[in-house]
Amino acid sequence: MANRIKVLLTKPTHDAHDRGARYLARKFRDAGFEVVFTNFLVAEEIIATALQEDVDVIGVSSSAGGHMPVFEELMSGLAAASVDDVLVIGGGIIPDVDARVLAGLGVPAVFGPGASAESAVEFIKEHVRQRSAV
Amino acid sequence: MTEDDDLVSRVLARDQRAGARMITLIENDAPGAASRLAELFPHTGRAAVIGVTGPPGAGKSTLVEGMVRAWRDRGRTVGVLAVDPSSPFTGGAILGDRIRMASLTGDPGVYVRSMASRAHLGGLAEATPAAVRVLDAMGMDVIVVETVGVGQSEIAIAGTADCTVLVTMPGAGDGIQAMKAGVLEIGDVFVVNKADREGALRTRRELNAMLRMQDRTPRPVVLLTKADMGDGVEQVVRQVEEFLDTRRGSGQLQKRRLRHLEREALELIGAQARRRTLATLDQATIDELSEALWERRQDPATVAARALAALQWADNDC
Repeated sequence: MANRIKVLLTKPTHDAHDRGARYLARKFRDAGFEVVFTNFLVAEEIIATALQEDVDVIGVSSSAGGHMPVFEELMSGLAAASVDDVLVIGGGIIPDVDARVLAGLGVPAVFGPGASAESAVEFIKEHVRQRSAV
Repeated sequence: MTEDDDLVSRVLARDQRAGARMITLIENDAPGAASRLAELFPHTGRAAVIGVTGPPGAGKSTLVEGMVRAWRDRGRTVGVLAVDPSSPFTGGAILGDRIRMASLTGDPGVYVRSMASRAHLGGLAEATPAAVRVLDAMGMDVIVVETVGVGQSEIAIAGTADCTVLVTMPGAGDGIQAMKAGVLEIGDVFVVNKADREGALRTRRELNAMLRMQDRTPRPVVLLTKADMGDGVEQVVRQVEEFLDTRRGSGQLQKRRLRHLEREALELIGAQARRRTLATLDQATIDELSEALWERRQDPATVAARALAALQWADNDC
């Protein structure tokens, strides 16, 4: 059986702007990915879910602001748990100035308004990390 | 110590991340998955395995969340495997069951895993029975398996679970008609969810009428729930436990588990015979068999028999 790319696509529970994330979930499915779709309150929930689901990619969508602390906690939490084989990307309304800071945190790409779903699919296929058996 | 031993021992030490990776290896049929599973097997058989099945939209995930919380209140650890369908065209899948189980995230006594069915028929993923064993070896007291939304013949769960909960909802009158052939027969506990909707009592009556025709003793009970409000969920859990206690006491549970293992072994014989037969045939033989079908000289059964004969030759040669 072929290895399938598994993606956790998640957005804040309080953020009602889920159209982009839902659209992307369908596009990812059509690209052959397995997409776990959830809402989250705090970054810890993203980490717990990603580890239980053993995903290759975490995609965080935020369209209501407040995304920087979430990404900071997410990246430091992943590092604290010694998770270095999961690709983290962002989406939604995230200003360029924030995206540059995120790149420094280890979030290499942000797909905002105007970005094509295909570009996100291609980016994931190119950057998904080789994962060890243990 | 090799990596293999490490992963196995970490699963046995109840390390959720090791269990998660182990399930991925099984899903991908990765090298080393089978031998590690074999090592885990002697450490399994302790957990109660509960199947939850029913038509799409009946409220399976919401009921599962409530049942898991009821077991957590009793101090049990719980593993959940939630299966959703893969697209037969692209192989991709959207796994959305977790959305209805948000309150379980962050509880260290709960492990939830979404599984794509990956073109496997029957309502489960091919890797689901093995994933159940991983959770069992991880020391989970209860394992809940939620199937894809089922229609008439998705009854694979009955070959895995100790107790199968069949969930339906009011207004699915035709749905029940559709279920009566196969799915109705595999339910051990029946639930009419969304019981505040019109027709709930009628749905229960219809289910009871069909169950009366089955001559099962004791006849399964039909419970009403409003799972999103938590109403009736405690009774479902109690009914499941009563079912398991009775079956355990009479020895029927142990026999059921043995039957499941035997059937799994039989299915593997079929799958392996198929794999080995295909590996044995050379391209010329395959072309010749295909030609026999094309010219309608030989029917598929004859062609299959000839292919299997080739497998025997290969075995005798070595």
